[in-house]
Amino acid sequence: MCRGVQHPIHGLFLRSYLSQVSRDKLPDIGSEYEGDGDTVMDAVEFVLQNFTEMNKLWIRMQHQGPVRVEEKLEKERSELRDLVGKNLHVLSQIEGIDLEMYKDNVLPRILEQVVDCKDELAQYYLMECIIQVFPDEYHLQTLETLLGACPLLQPTVDIKTVLSQLMERLSNYAASSAEVLPEFLQVEAFSKLSNAIGKVIEAQVDMPIVGVITLYVSLLTFTLHVHPDRLDYVDQVLGACVKKLSGKAKLEDSKATKQVVALLSAPLEKFNEIVTALTLSNYPRVMDHLDSETNKVMAMVIIQSIMKNNTCVSTADQVEVLFELIKGLIKDLDGTHGDELDDEDFKEEQNSVARLIHMLYHDEPEEMLQIICLVRKHIMTGGPKRLPFTVPSLVFSSLKLVRRLQGQDGDVVGEETIETLSSVPSPELALRLYLQCAEAANDCDLEPVAYEFFTQAFVLYEEEVTDSKAQVTAIHLIIGTLQRMNVFGVENRDTLTHKATGYSAKLLKKPDQCRAVYACSHLFWVDDQDGIKDGERVLLCLKRSLRIANAAQQMANVTRGSSGPVILFVEILNKYLYFFEKGNPQITSAAIQDLVELIRTEMQSDTTTPDPASDPFFASTLRYIQFQKQKSGAMGEKYDPIKV
Amino acid sequence: MVLVLAIGDLHIPHRAPDLPPKFKSMLVPGKIQHIICTGNLCIKEVHDYLKSLCPSLHVTRGEYDEDARYPETKTLTIGQFKLGLCHGHQVVPWGDLDSLAMLQRQLDVDILVSGHTHQFKAYKHEAGVVINPGSATGAYSSITYDVNPSFVLMDIDGLRVVVYVYELIDGEVKVDKIDFKKTATATTHSAN
Repeated sequence: MCRGVQHPIHGLFLRSYLSQVSRDKLPDIGSEYEGDGDTVMDAVEFVLQNFTEMNKLWIRMQHQGPVRVEEKLEKERSELRDLVGKNLHVLSQIEGIDLEMYKDNVLPRILEQVVDCKDELAQYYLMECIIQVFPDEYHLQTLETLLGACPLLQPTVDIKTVLSQLMERLSNYAASSAEVLPEFLQVEAFSKLSNAIGKVIEAQVDMPIVGVITLYVSLLTFTLHVHPDRLDYVDQVLGACVKKLSGKAKLEDSKATKQVVALLSAPLEKFNEIVTALTLSNYPRVMDHLDSETNKVMAMVIIQSIMKNNTCVSTADQVEVLFELIKGLIKDLDGTHGDELDDEDFKEEQNSVARLIHMLYHDEPEEMLQIICLVRKHIMTGGPKRLPFTVPSLVFSSLKLVRRLQGQDGDVVGEETIETLSSVPSPELALRLYLQCAEAANDCDLEPVAYEFFTQAFVLYEEEVTDSKAQVTAIHLIIGTLQRMNVFGVENRDTLTHKATGYSAKLLKKPDQCRAVYACSHLFWVDDQDGIKDGERVLLCLKRSLRIANAAQQMANVTRGSSGPVILFVEILNKYLYFFEKGNPQITSAAIQDLVELIRTEMQSDTTTPDPASDPFFASTLRYIQFQKQKSGAMGEKYDPIKV
Repeated sequence: MVLVLAIGDLHIPHRAPDLPPKFKSMLVPGKIQHIICTGNLCIKEVHDYLKSLCPSLHVTRGEYDEDARYPETKTLTIGQFKLGLCHGHQVVPWGDLDSLAMLQRQLDVDILVSGHTHQFKAYKHEAGVVINPGSATGAYSSITYDVNPSFVLMDIDGLRVVVYVYELIDGEVKVDKIDFKKTATATTHSAN
């Protein structure tokens, strides 16, 4: 009867009404209408018929009017599509339809209509509908049939979105419970989907590259959800992508690039062990197709993934692959210029690489040495801009290894390190690193190596450290390091201490000179059992610093008409007390008494402006002396002659 | 009750990639009133991170710090206590407690916080207390072998300060505490 109404919109609404009223009167299993003549099959037949007719009417709508109202018609059609889709929804609700019936009867009939109608809008909408409305397990079992229809659709249908939706649904289905996973294997879901996608890409020659990659991203996500253990599948997907990308120039379409980044990021997110991703042979090949900017972005993603998961990259092979992947950060790739990069971004990149170096570790010293040599080889290609960031990390990683080996291979690592450090265009940093290496050599009992490191440090100080503030810091570092050296024989030690004290006295500002020189006094007194305890030279240093303090005093008198830094005298007094307590026979209580009186006089003098720093310092020093005097035993006796 | 975090010698990125995850999860913003940092962060990222934990951040310069503008020493008053801060590479011999005591007298402070040796220390002497929070990342040190990551939290309450030291030993966070009391003229201490 409804067939009589052939007007599209009237027909649609009429049939829709028919669908609505008949809904609960369908002879479904368990319904009151099930009977002798009426079975589920009849219900199915009825709905399918209604569906078919409604689809035809719907499609016919577009031919209704003249061309100029085509747009309006399209809009109308869009709005009415739900009426058609409703039929499918009704079908899905019929309980009597089991998998068998769906597979043999329902789906083929629906698909027949979809293919035959040859209407782009209808086909796209209906495919979507089918996927959304029917259960996932049905889709899994009818995968071949469903996918088989895809190449038969109109070439303008956005089939990739349909496929993506299908894969997404199936991914979620897989994620919902582990029990369904065997089903996927049984129906060979991966290969079917993989083939279908291949066919679609082949058929739609004009598909833009972003579409292709999006499809592969969906397939990859599906694979990672359903077959997380099948690295070969993952690699296969990447390989298919590489094939599609090869022969073309580097990607310039930003949407496509984004999709490639998504493609490459997916395995990283899935596999907490980043090293798993490193074994995918096609991974670096995909990266090669990115433009240099995006390549670096991807490299940062990889590094961040390692940092976030606290992963340890532990074999030389893995390190090699890793550095190959991040090569965009390690050096200037062909065709790029280092100056183009923003300063902040560059720093962030290089600091990331520096941090990464500490994630490379192996228990076996042999393997670790290999890793270090490998890293060294790579970062040395970085050029002068990168070395100040990356070399320190490498050096400290090496020093940690040296400490583990403690003497066995120290020489080798030592020489190579000197070579590496000499290329760092940052003299202050290099100086510090040389001193670190000297201490390590000291611990390994390698006197010549330690001496060589000190030589390099001094050379840098002489030739490159020109800023006075930097000199002060540098000389204190040299003094501090030298003070701890116990590997040097008398001659070597004398040469180095002579240099240190010499440079201390030549600092620009008198107060700095004074402080550095009295720091040098510690070079002649080491508290260890076998440590040097040269009381005379200690006193010489202290006296020298006193002379410098005096000179500073006089200079201040002349230039400013007021007394200068009394505080220096208080500092020196404290040093006298230090060595006095250590038992340096050259430091007498009389000398200390004199110094105390000197300071008192200076402070009370008319020309002296009260110094907010000196007064409390002197006061607390006197308190300290008093405190020591009150101690029982040897200390109290020692301090007894001193009157405060 | 004022909570002060004493932390330093992280040496990121030269010697360590990051703070240990267990420390990171303990250090949350809003719980601490002041952070005093001995130095050697070394990069701006670390500074920003510490600043996000607490806006009252005080840093002294370590010899590897990227930012050369940090001061060599710093003093501040928190409650009844005067605190002094200095990285410690300037005080030779490194780690020598008598020499540090001298610096303490010079800065005229009750508590001196200094680092450089990467080894936790809390030492009481005639003029006050010297605290070394160690290295928060367990960074390599030429001075100390086998560095365990550590930091210090001070609870300043009136004339009393409780020093909590957090150390990461074999993957577990261990806490220890030491009490210090200040009298009008001097500081006494009782250990726990």
